[in-house]
Amino acid sequence: MKKVVLTLRINDELAEVAFAPHKTLLEVLREDLALTGTKHGCELGECGACAVLVDGKPVLSCLLLAQECEGANVLTVEGMASDDRLHPLQEAFADLGAAQCGYCTPGFLVTAKALLDRNPSASRNEIREALSGNLCRCTGYIQIYEAVEEAAKKMGRP
Amino acid sequence: MNIIGKPRRRVDARAKVLGQTRFADDLSLPRMLHCRLLRSHLPHARILAIDTARAAAAPGVKCVLTGKDFPISYGILPVSQDEHALCTDVVRFVGDPVAAVIASSEEEAQAAAELIEVTYESLTTIADPHQAMATPAPRIHDYGDDGNVHKRVAFEFGDVEEAIAKADHVFEDTFFFQGNTHLPIEQHASLAIVDPDGKLCIWSSTQTPHYLHRALSKSLAIPAAHIRVIATPNGGGFGGKSDPFNHEIVVCKAAMRTGRPVKICLNREEVFYCHRGRHPVEMHLRTAVSRDGMIQAMDLETLLDGGAYGSYGVASTFYTGALQTVTYKVPRYRFRGCRTFTNKPPCGPKRGHGTPQPRFAQEVQLDKIAVALKTNPATLRSQQLAEPNSLTANYLRIGTIGLGQCIEKVVAGSDFHRRWQKLPLGRGLGLACSSYLCGAGLPIYWNDLPHSGVQLKLDRSGGVTAFCGATEIGQGSDDMLALIVAEILGIDPFDIRVVTGDTDLTPVDLGSYSSRVTLMMGNAAIQAAERAKELLAEAASKKLDVPKSRLSFAERRVFDVSDPAKSLSFQEATMAAEAMFGTLGTVGSYTPPASAAKFKGGGVGPSPAYSYSAAVVEVEVDPETGWIHVPKIWIGHDIGRALNPVLARGQVEGSVYMGLGEALMEEQYFRRLPARLSNALVHKFPSMLEYKSPTTLEMPEVVTYLIEEPDASGPFGAKEVGQGPLLPIMPAVANAVFDAVGVRIDEVPITPEKIVRALERAARGQSARVGPGAFPSIPWPESLRVPPPWEGGDGKAVNERPRKSSMSDKDGRLGGKP
Repeated sequence: MKKVVLTLRINDELAEVAFAPHKTLLEVLREDLALTGTKHGCELGECGACAVLVDGKPVLSCLLLAQECEGANVLTVEGMASDDRLHPLQEAFADLGAAQCGYCTPGFLVTAKALLDRNPSASRNEIREALSGNLCRCTGYIQIYEAVEEAAKKMGRP
Repeated sequence: MNIIGKPRRRVDARAKVLGQTRFADDLSLPRMLHCRLLRSHLPHARILAIDTARAAAAPGVKCVLTGKDFPISYGILPVSQDEHALCTDVVRFVGDPVAAVIASSEEEAQAAAELIEVTYESLTTIADPHQAMATPAPRIHDYGDDGNVHKRVAFEFGDVEEAIAKADHVFEDTFFFQGNTHLPIEQHASLAIVDPDGKLCIWSSTQTPHYLHRALSKSLAIPAAHIRVIATPNGGGFGGKSDPFNHEIVVCKAAMRTGRPVKICLNREEVFYCHRGRHPVEMHLRTAVSRDGMIQAMDLETLLDGGAYGSYGVASTFYTGALQTVTYKVPRYRFRGCRTFTNKPPCGPKRGHGTPQPRFAQEVQLDKIAVALKTNPATLRSQQLAEPNSLTANYLRIGTIGLGQCIEKVVAGSDFHRRWQKLPLGRGLGLACSSYLCGAGLPIYWNDLPHSGVQLKLDRSGGVTAFCGATEIGQGSDDMLALIVAEILGIDPFDIRVVTGDTDLTPVDLGSYSSRVTLMMGNAAIQAAERAKELLAEAASKKLDVPKSRLSFAERRVFDVSDPAKSLSFQEATMAAEAMFGTLGTVGSYTPPASAAKFKGGGVGPSPAYSYSAAVVEVEVDPETGWIHVPKIWIGHDIGRALNPVLARGQVEGSVYMGLGEALMEEQYFRRLPARLSNALVHKFPSMLEYKSPTTLEMPEVVTYLIEEPDASGPFGAKEVGQGPLLPIMPAVANAVFDAVGVRIDEVPITPEKIVRALERAARGQSARVGPGAFPSIPWPESLRVPPPWEGGDGKAVNERPRKSSMSDKDGRLGGKP
């Protein structure tokens, strides 16, 4: 199949990439751009492991054709830390046990980031609601809520 | 203690939150090929012919493999060597792999696999254990006890019938625990190469690299010394990555055949076929109690639906009886278990391995006993806890037991005494308890070698590297290794580099299963670290002119406790030691103590220590719709000592979560297609959407109490936490549902539909219960009779036939010599 050549904006970097037109954003990120931080658990939009932000909104990259992302801003877990500093969500996830096996973690992190960017003082219930499309089999979610709340607190401080 | 017991960031957290943890499917190599498997669409059939010609000629295809390429069988247990990497003559379940295609891309491999033509002759399909027992032929396997019965076991510890005849009350129930699966979010993946010096190497999402190493050596007929297995961090295991798998052997063979790296990543549907999850188990439990509810004897029968292969099933069968005696005093006990083969994905070990099913039965029945005797369920349990430092009827040696405190905590937290049986219709509380192993006392295959080894390398840089074969599956085993070594050497866990799960580099550890890592690796790490400390102390003592006994290690210094200014930095101490002793390295190893059980089959159940848990679950049940909402759970867990409380609480909450999924929704359910559609047994739920698991919206508030009463067997007193806290949740939910709406659901999952059915039965004046009917009559072998310790027993069976003196039979281990 003839490849398409597109320029994608991923984590504020422009990348020219050639790929078969049926490829999902997940496949292009992992296979063509070596951005393996974004995970897959089902390829059917059921688990949330592949979540990335497109123009600030969480999307399931396994359900989105990469072609559709031309011109959009895509943020993956690799783009969360700035320079040598972890994002407050990453700090809190690391400190508070929100990442056990770590496989669902990138999806949770970007989904939580979208929430806090939109609603910096999200309540426990709003956090639950926002993360309800992400499955985690390790934690029972509670330490994830606590990490999001802790990060929100830190981000609220100047 | 500088580090132990303090809440800390785990050593591998940074990689995880950066998305830099390298899981198996994140790996790729130059010239890498991709593998796809062709799986059977029939549940039981003879392979008459396989035509791979069209596939082999398809674009991009480099290699096609079939069962002919894998003549040697393997299996995790020496007694169940019943698998081939690709089926040789018979397929035994929908999903059994029959061929593999290796191509330049995954798409090409998949397209070519679909061109393979397999001619099958369908065979009778066995759907469940009842059918298995009624259908001795055709046999799914040509080994096992007889027909389609894989294994029957029977033990009696004291005269149970006599105790039952004399008892004030006898309670008799049947229960059913539906099968369910691990559902790790990471799908299994493997990458194999022949490395530049001609040796085989595989990276794989496995919990047990050592056992995979053995299986590869056997099935590929290559010396183990020429194979390297690297366990990549697992994206969740829960027992589902503990068997050697078809795809692991296939990519190794393919790498050897093509001379190129070969990778496979299973899709989600295939993960459901790999399975090895919780066995569906029917149970029959009779318990004799005195007027005041004291257990006099327990008589348990279990019937396991094993699926299509042996897997860990013989061990699972023993485990459906082994741990019933460790929570409460059970003066006499009979256990008989039977596992059958069926044409479904093989069952195996899932978190709690074989013990959650009978624990559900026991704890629900205790609730019935409490109600019948008008006593409080907490008191009923507390009054007959097993004694610390005692032997059970089946010769398990208990160390510390913090169950009483667990019960006190959850009862107080939930205000159980005031609220149980007092809440309005539709709301209820349920209590249940449990216990679990801190590592299996015996390895999978007979040997007298250590279960865990740790090696430390130190040098003049002040750097410490800790090597261990243990496998990081998310539970925090890397952190346990680093923090124990750091505690003893007085450095920071982040100062240490950990190298784990690599058969070339690391000493053998048996793997991440049976909740064994913290205790066994931890004890090995203590030994290695104490030996390193001794070398450093010797050198520092000379350098500082201070007696060794006055030296202390903390904050990256070695100092005189009487004059802390007299000190060396940790790095200076390593330099002094290297100058004094030459290259620095120490080792430690751990072997569990010998079991007190001397009868055949007594090898399953012994553990260096047992953890205990108690839980109270609160439910809200809509009596109209049966809808169940769980607002809150209180759980107490006797962990001995929490080495890193952040991780300990995470394991407890994660166990509660997974137990709640099993209690309310998770089930591995199969249906039979009509004859015109092949009569196949197919998965109702081979997807994450249809296999329901709890989301954030179903997860209740959880209050966790860690009970810390150090056990002498554990590192710094620690016991397990990864599996035990799952066990009380399912029975506590069932007991809470009864408290809420007065119906007994004697099976899991407990669904709204079952509650409505039970309520309707109650309204019609029938028994307010949903659960299995009569337990089938099973032709049990004569029980091995082992008098309990308090009846003069010595751990041996009185009617055991003399066993061969060969090691293969010793102590009922699970198989022959390596």
